[in-house]
Amino acid sequence: MSVLIYVELDNGSIKKTSLEAVAYGAKVAEKTGDKAVVLAIGAAASSALEIAGNYGASKVLHASDEKLTHENSLAYADALAQAVEQEGSKIIVLSKSGLGDAMAARAAAKLKAGVVSGVTALPEINGSFKVTRGIFTGKAFATTEMKSDVKILVVKKNVIEITENDVASASAVVETFSPQLRDADFQASVVNVEKASSELSLTEAQIIVSGGRGMKGPEHWQPLVDLAKALGAATGCSKPVSDLDWRPHHEHIGQTGIKVAPNLYIACGISGAIQHLAGVNGSKCIVVINKDPEAPFFKAADYGIVGDVFEILPKLTEAAKNL
Amino acid sequence: MKILVCISNVPDTTAKITFTDNDTRLNKNGIQYIIGPYDDYALARGVELKEQSGGTLTVLHVGEADADPQIRKALAIGADDAIRVNADPLDSYFVAVQIANVAKQNNYDLILMGRESIDYNSGVVHGLVGEMLGIGSYSPVMKLDIEGGSATISREIDGGKEILKAPLPLVLGCQEPIAEWKIPNMRGIMTARTKPLNVVEPVSVDEMTVPEKYFLPAPKGACKMIPAGEAETLIRLLRTEAKVL
Repeated sequence: MSVLIYVELDNGSIKKTSLEAVAYGAKVAEKTGDKAVVLAIGAAASSALEIAGNYGASKVLHASDEKLTHENSLAYADALAQAVEQEGSKIIVLSKSGLGDAMAARAAAKLKAGVVSGVTALPEINGSFKVTRGIFTGKAFATTEMKSDVKILVVKKNVIEITENDVASASAVVETFSPQLRDADFQASVVNVEKASSELSLTEAQIIVSGGRGMKGPEHWQPLVDLAKALGAATGCSKPVSDLDWRPHHEHIGQTGIKVAPNLYIACGISGAIQHLAGVNGSKCIVVINKDPEAPFFKAADYGIVGDVFEILPKLTEAAKNL
Repeated sequence: MKILVCISNVPDTTAKITFTDNDTRLNKNGIQYIIGPYDDYALARGVELKEQSGGTLTVLHVGEADADPQIRKALAIGADDAIRVNADPLDSYFVAVQIANVAKQNNYDLILMGRESIDYNSGVVHGLVGEMLGIGSYSPVMKLDIEGGSATISREIDGGKEILKAPLPLVLGCQEPIAEWKIPNMRGIMTARTKPLNVVEPVSVDEMTVPEKYFLPAPKGACKMIPAGEAETLIRLLRTEAKVL
């Protein structure tokens, strides 16, 4: 038997969040005495997939049919279910994303499997199988027992830390996987794809610099962008800022926007409404810069500076460049 | 066109979450319940599509009677009738089976709901329902137009957006800016009182996952304040102390 891990690809490489899922799946496999098998769908060189071995996988199934080049959650879920059946897997791991949830859901219905999305820790396997998940947008957690024979876990980012010691120099065997493709999965046609390819994706970014209404207007964003550049960070914003069209909607971080969990989140001129905090409470370290010492965000922060963002940001950028 | 909009009944986004009964139940004391914010977007777009092209809009909730005020609100916003599957659902799978069961009996062209409920944040119900019905499912949908039996969908993908054209029927998870939230007017509130709200019993589902215990995150340590005049020292602390640079 095996634990099956689905990995997402970005330009032919396994995404960092998916490598975490591989490490997670390998740790689960260690507990259950199974092997960790990875499924990758889309175009990629074998050498780019072999590195899953470094994170504990013994085998990678690679489905590279041309029809699967464009992300298609329906067909991908079908492929996942077929891989599960081929490998006889009882535990399936995906990383939390729009695609991960969509595939987990459709595969769960196909396989009559229980699915828990938003898993935040390794499972407790002790006669029963229990997982911990984030609920109420990070305001709380639940321990949930999974009773179904086949179990699907959608794992949040930064759940396990990959240290240098975890990365072995083993490489996984890459096998071609040719799932049966169903016409029903290809009824939608893609009219257009717009990708902000030059920008770092918020969900993948390790550092995020984010701005709120305290930035005073879209024309004042440059100091924030400069700091982001110096730190190799992605830029985000609060809901009022995207509502006012100061910044594009896909930068909106919060309860009804994107939930992020970077190593470092720097909030500039964001007061910290509970809905915004809900989108960032998975961050490892939070820095808050605000002129109002009473801003509620300071209560959720690790480091705080009370002062004018337009004076502070250039100083930080300068210091970051000199690192 | 026959539209089904599925709504969740969730604590208000500003609610302070605590637990009771030895941490096995949410403490509902003093909590204001609302239609899930994402479901509210789905409902608003559903009402607009119905007004444009005619047809009917049914609102569906899987849950107990305490959700009835929120269901009446959905009727006041513009749904024609409502179905409540009377159950205390254990998980997404259970909810999806109930929705799929209602859908199988009624042949909807479009099934809309939020991208996720804001209590359990799973974001899997639309995918489960789509597969159970053998039809397409997409999420998160930010723009939706229907023309001649097919939908043009703009949805968010990692770091960008994708525009799809897909034949109906479909199940869609919605998010802003698909439509503006609608506030019921007086006439809507009056007519909602007499619109049908049918309560039906759930179909049985094998237990898949069972919540056991709830807990709150560990309290955050104190925030370390750095004087504005020494802002640049922050970068050094982030490297040497927090070890995040």
